[in-house]
Amino acid sequence: MTSEEKKQLAAAACRVRMGVIESTHGAKAGHPGGSLSAADVFTYLYFKEMNIDPADPKADGRDRFVLSKGHTAPGLYAALANRGFFPVEDLPTLRHIDSYLQGHPNMHTVPGVDMSTGSLGQGVSVAMGMAKGAKLQGKDYRVYTLLGDGEIQEGQVWEALMFGAHYKLDNLCIIIDNNNLQIDGKVSDVMSPYPIVEKLQAFGYQVQEVDGHDFDQLEAAFNAARETKGKPSAIVMKTVKGKGVSYMENQVGWHGKAPNDEEYRIAMDELNAQLAEVEAN
Amino acid sequence: MADVKKIATRESYGNALKELGAEHEDLVVLDADLAGATKTGVFKKAFPDRHIDCGIAEANMICVAAGLATTGLVPFASSFAMFAAGRAFEQVRNSIGYPHLNVKIGATHGGISVGEDGASHQCCEDFALMRTIPGMVVMSPADDVEARACVKAAYEHKGPVYMRFGRAACPGFHDEDFHFEIGKGEQLTEGSDVAIIATGILVAEALEAAKVLAESGISARVINICTIKPLDEETVLKAARECGRIITCEEHSVIGGLGEAVCSLLSEQCPTPVRRIGVNDEFGHSGPAAALLKQFGLSAEHIVEVAKAFVNK
Repeated sequence: MTSEEKKQLAAAACRVRMGVIESTHGAKAGHPGGSLSAADVFTYLYFKEMNIDPADPKADGRDRFVLSKGHTAPGLYAALANRGFFPVEDLPTLRHIDSYLQGHPNMHTVPGVDMSTGSLGQGVSVAMGMAKGAKLQGKDYRVYTLLGDGEIQEGQVWEALMFGAHYKLDNLCIIIDNNNLQIDGKVSDVMSPYPIVEKLQAFGYQVQEVDGHDFDQLEAAFNAARETKGKPSAIVMKTVKGKGVSYMENQVGWHGKAPNDEEYRIAMDELNAQLAEVEAN
Repeated sequence: MADVKKIATRESYGNALKELGAEHEDLVVLDADLAGATKTGVFKKAFPDRHIDCGIAEANMICVAAGLATTGLVPFASSFAMFAAGRAFEQVRNSIGYPHLNVKIGATHGGISVGEDGASHQCCEDFALMRTIPGMVVMSPADDVEARACVKAAYEHKGPVYMRFGRAACPGFHDEDFHFEIGKGEQLTEGSDVAIIATGILVAEALEAAKVLAESGISARVINICTIKPLDEETVLKAARECGRIITCEEHSVIGGLGEAVCSLLSEQCPTPVRRIGVNDEFGHSGPAAALLKQFGLSAEHIVEVAKAFVNK
């Protein structure tokens, strides 16, 4: 990737993070922590990796994305809005009565959302079905799905993972946002899913572990995933929950809480400063 | 009533899928290690590439079916009623019902006539569970002809469908040229003293009961309700107005199934005395299907008893 491209992605990621803050502040609810830890991968997927067209969100041959960790809808919506699927100005209507921006993704109301999700462990299975459907119909689109590291405590995730390897779904890439925090505390304290990489390898996946905030590493991992044949790929991203907003970083309390007016101002000031820095370089 | 050989409706499910599969390339079938029992094995043999075994993982199977549906395929996800509607309820609700995806659920081994396997496998709660999901069509065919017609109608219908089939062989009473329509009840006999509204294998019992009742001078109208949701309100209301007494019969808990659907409708639109025949808020147990049905009162004899007591009041 050229340095100009990387700069563009970094700037987009700042705007996506601002969208997360705008929307959760507007909603007075929602999940900023996991939206911010995944903001860079949302940006990478929608601005670089995936074959999608905001003007034709249901295009038959498009790549698909399933947000298995559906509670981080604010991150997905912010990426979609900034990519042109719908107006960024609508983001603060998140969770409002009669808004199309439902608390968890709804495929029928939000342009660009490929599957309604929210109940953990289910989206990854749906992504398996999409990938299998592509294979059955001889179509060459790819399917991506993002899971939380707490989410993989759900038994259904491992049922799904078995399915993907069994049917050699090399058109599928699962991404795990390993920010090590869930509602009740550190995932390692609540119910350890570790070692994640070794488990995925044992389940038959081509696994890569990356810094989920480093676009070079994300690019290398997604490129390698695309070149993997005969088995599905998994990318385990080491991330920081709340990334980009100082007081939210690595704080479990920001899993599902919205910033108040004062916190909103601080967050937006920080993110605007980050954006200015990116653009100045 | 034509005297046809007995066929289990799960056999009809498999056979109908095979027929439909030959006509429609977009039809795919999923199983959770029970293709032999759900009778989809015949489809698997004919179209191995379009049969997807998911292993013993029903939750995943239901969501895989949802994913397949988003790509334009028409998946029929098959398992026992206990696991399709019970174990995977929340997957059906959130990944099929809420997004209103075009998935068909073929649930075999419904009700107490599962027999020897006992209570753990005798699902008497599936109508109740599936009825509560907005937009879900719930069907329970009564014999081979109706079951095959029901599978075809499910394929043509756009949206989620739950179909319940039985394990035990049951007598057929429909002619091959029977016209089936989702949401349409079927009045099988004329009658004015009491209407017996039945579904699944209890329809044949209701017909038998009506014959016996006729000998005692009781005129019973038998109505076959295959589509439990959406309920054929017109046919039920007409029966209530014209007969004044309703008996519902189902191989399901008296809680949440056809009986309660009928009661809800009548209490709001045409208050009418009702007797519900079904499994009375208890678990089943092991035994031969026929003996169990008799023991739990899911028989022509019991319908006759209930009807006589009801009408003579």
